[in-house]
Amino acid sequence: MSIQTELIGLPPRSPSRFASLRLGDFPLIPALILGGIAFVAIFANVLAPHNPEIGSLTARFRPPVWQTGGSIQYLLGTDQLGRDVLSRLIFGARVSVVVGFTAVIFAGVIGTVLGILSGYLGGWVDQAIMRVTDTWLALPAVTFAIFLAAIVGPSMWNIVIILGLTYWTRYARVVRGEVLSLKEREFVRLAIVAGCSKWTIMRRHIMPNIINSAIVLGTLMLGVVIIAEATLSFLGIGVPPPQPAWGLMLSDGKQGLMVGRWWLTIFPGCCIMLMVLSANLLGDWLRVKLDPQLRQL
Amino acid sequence: MKRYIARRVSYCLLSLFLLSVTIFFFVRVTGDPATLLVEPGASEADIAAIHQQFGLDRPLWVQYGIFMVSLAHGDLGQSFYYRMPVMELYLSRLPNSLLLASVAMALSLLIGIPSGILASVRVGRFWDSAGKLFALLGLSLPSFWVGLVLILVFSVYLGWLPSSGSGSALHLIMPAFALGWYFAAAHMRLTRSSMLEVLGSEYVKLARLKGLPQSLVIAKHAFKNALIPVLTLAGINLVIMVNVAVVVEFVFAWPGIGRLLYEGVTFRDFPVVQGVVLMGGAMIVIVNLLVDILYAVIDPRIRLES
Amino acid sequence: MSASTLLEIENLSTHYVSAQGTRVVRAVDQVSLRINAGETLGIVGESGSGKSTLALTILRVLPPAAQIVSGKMLFEGEDLLQKSDVEMQHVRGKRIAMILQDPMASLNPLFTIGDQVAEPIRVHEGAGRATAWRRARELLKAVRIPAPETRLTQYPHEMSGGMRQRIVGAIGISCEPRLLIADEPTTSLDLTIQAQYLNLLRELQRAHGLALIFITHNLGIIAKMCDQLAVMYAGRVVESGPVSQIFNTPAHPYTEALLNSIPRMNDSAQRLTAIEGQPPDLAAMPPGCAFAPRCVRAFDRCRVEAPPEFTADDDRTARCWLAATCSTPSNMLFRGATA
Repeated sequence: MSIQTELIGLPPRSPSRFASLRLGDFPLIPALILGGIAFVAIFANVLAPHNPEIGSLTARFRPPVWQTGGSIQYLLGTDQLGRDVLSRLIFGARVSVVVGFTAVIFAGVIGTVLGILSGYLGGWVDQAIMRVTDTWLALPAVTFAIFLAAIVGPSMWNIVIILGLTYWTRYARVVRGEVLSLKEREFVRLAIVAGCSKWTIMRRHIMPNIINSAIVLGTLMLGVVIIAEATLSFLGIGVPPPQPAWGLMLSDGKQGLMVGRWWLTIFPGCCIMLMVLSANLLGDWLRVKLDPQLRQL
Repeated sequence: MKRYIARRVSYCLLSLFLLSVTIFFFVRVTGDPATLLVEPGASEADIAAIHQQFGLDRPLWVQYGIFMVSLAHGDLGQSFYYRMPVMELYLSRLPNSLLLASVAMALSLLIGIPSGILASVRVGRFWDSAGKLFALLGLSLPSFWVGLVLILVFSVYLGWLPSSGSGSALHLIMPAFALGWYFAAAHMRLTRSSMLEVLGSEYVKLARLKGLPQSLVIAKHAFKNALIPVLTLAGINLVIMVNVAVVVEFVFAWPGIGRLLYEGVTFRDFPVVQGVVLMGGAMIVIVNLLVDILYAVIDPRIRLES
Repeated sequence: MSASTLLEIENLSTHYVSAQGTRVVRAVDQVSLRINAGETLGIVGESGSGKSTLALTILRVLPPAAQIVSGKMLFEGEDLLQKSDVEMQHVRGKRIAMILQDPMASLNPLFTIGDQVAEPIRVHEGAGRATAWRRARELLKAVRIPAPETRLTQYPHEMSGGMRQRIVGAIGISCEPRLLIADEPTTSLDLTIQAQYLNLLRELQRAHGLALIFITHNLGIIAKMCDQLAVMYAGRVVESGPVSQIFNTPAHPYTEALLNSIPRMNDSAQRLTAIEGQPPDLAAMPPGCAFAPRCVRAFDRCRVEAPPEFTADDDRTARCWLAATCSTPSNMLFRGATA
């Protein structure tokens, strides 16, 4: 590390902060992007120019409007069934948003509850939950998700459940750690001495203090879940067709890759990237903002 | 040290046990597992035979017993599609996945560790920001998409690299990079934060106070200490890599166990799916154990614990 | 011992600047000190008084958030602030050495004792491994570590706290520095070990002709070890001079309060005397004298204007308006009050 020996008169150097790359404090762009995607997802019906599930066979493999062969009708081109890419992207946002947020909340609820129980009650409850968590964590998420998908079959809600079951363990681990340190704090001890029941303490004292960590973890997990959903869809065991999902579009697009039909691959991938990137940046910012102690996340 | 190892081994065994229970449980959770365990389009007689073979009419714990016994014999069942034992199939594909994962891991360490060190030494400046950007992208991009884009650029447009299959080093480059980027990002982040922590420690301060040149302080005193958590993570990540390579192997048609898993799912070849998942989980547990033991070798504090 | 000036510090200031540049902590504020060859200078003060920052400033091993804002540090005639980082590397460990407070934290857990003791010798004197390790063994013997041979190949966590601190001491003197800075070296040691360690330091000092800067919050150690004393408060030196004189007739109310707060065996008083109040926030210092809010002798001028350093004939300084009213401390108004 360099050592400053500036003498009087020179302004102090301010090293840039750890947080986001873009603006100084609040990551405006990522938040806008996420908001925009959510908006698109909600108003997909109004925004999409075409029906995403039905294509016109005379308009197959049209490139985007700025290339030769493209047309204004299909701004971003069409796929192998003549379906408009832009419309499918817009409706695909719906899947990503719904699955993403629902799965994260689902995993979060399970994981937080189990984490609190495990951390606060201790003893064999803790041991049991922790052993299960460790084992679950030993299974790589993707593999486990594929395994579950093979068993229950693909559908949007199945995917949500599968992703929830796959990712709750991350919450449980972190929440348990937080609870363990919270247990030692004064206000919890006061509550015990005052005679509150275990459940009351967990509900009214522990839980509100855990919410911060859970939220931060949630934003960080959002990106992971979306990639997982895209992966499952790409492999054909995610959201089933004809409902459009970005991962599914990538799978369809793979066929066109070798003949240079780049728009079928680049656009859906960019959407995924934008959403995950924004979620990660927002999560990073939240992490630093809400509690510097959470940095180890 | 012996006690430490004994404890770790017992955890390992416990985890393996729980793993088998978990898999067993989930297979049966949807009702009649026979639908999974027979080939599609099987006859009534076949289904009855399956019931017999797996004892599906018997109480759960008996079923579990049968399950465990076959596992102990290394019998993961028979693949419908390939008509050969799953274990044999798995072992034949495993080396390919290990090769891919090893190269990807080497890449991720070669890129991740130096950039992490650089970022920590130049905190707040250009290299730190560049590193953070690289890491952010690596953690936000799905590996299969990276693979697809690489194919687009290097196979379709430039024609430099083959887009699929295996057999030469050229075939290995793109899948290894697609697989490795995410982990390079993770390793870079961990190296950076670990280095920052170590650089702020008292013994590094004393090393500087001794008048040691900056390069020696970093290379000797900081590096070894900072590396411990990174290597631990890398060891675990290697096995994870083997397992999550599913999509990358699929994109590049790389004949590893990831591809095998995909085939199992597509062809509704359930014994293969179950087998890959079991083996994957078992590998992770065992590698965790090995990494823990390695830890003891590197860190003398644990080694000499009486 | 010759009375040649070894280290002369003039108006040294070190500030910590926060990331946005908004908060400036004046950790070391206009400090002037002098130490001669072979002497022992004690620096005493509460936590947060700037003693450790001062020590790190001398060797220029500060974290990136800290900046040396003004001053001069003349060591054997050379200004340390003008040196490049590479030149400072040749000073650190070789001409000026430092011992840190927590020996368990200061020794690298992954390397052997021998490695860490031999290291400065190899770096500064270019000695080969065998030579350096031989010297390391002798150094361990010099700091009274039994069975030095076996210790060389052991790791820090296998030693007791006292032994570790001796090893840190051995590292300090390994290249025969002229000045050794000891930052609270006995604070984390057991009481019984402390006395042994202090004796060891004195022996080493005598044997090697070392000058010693001893940083502590313990006045008893000052009394035992030091010739000269500097009292620090809120980053400033509030009083300095020969130890015995200061102990007998403290010039600054803070020093007086510190001395009064030491409980005495034959004291019939029931309650311990403490100094009222808290040390100030170094980022938001009150105008005027930093000690004024807690000072029993403060008057109006103290709260408005910060006193400069007043020098008395016999090498004593005091940063207090009370000292302005007389030429030597012996005339000071409050002299009669000290018991």
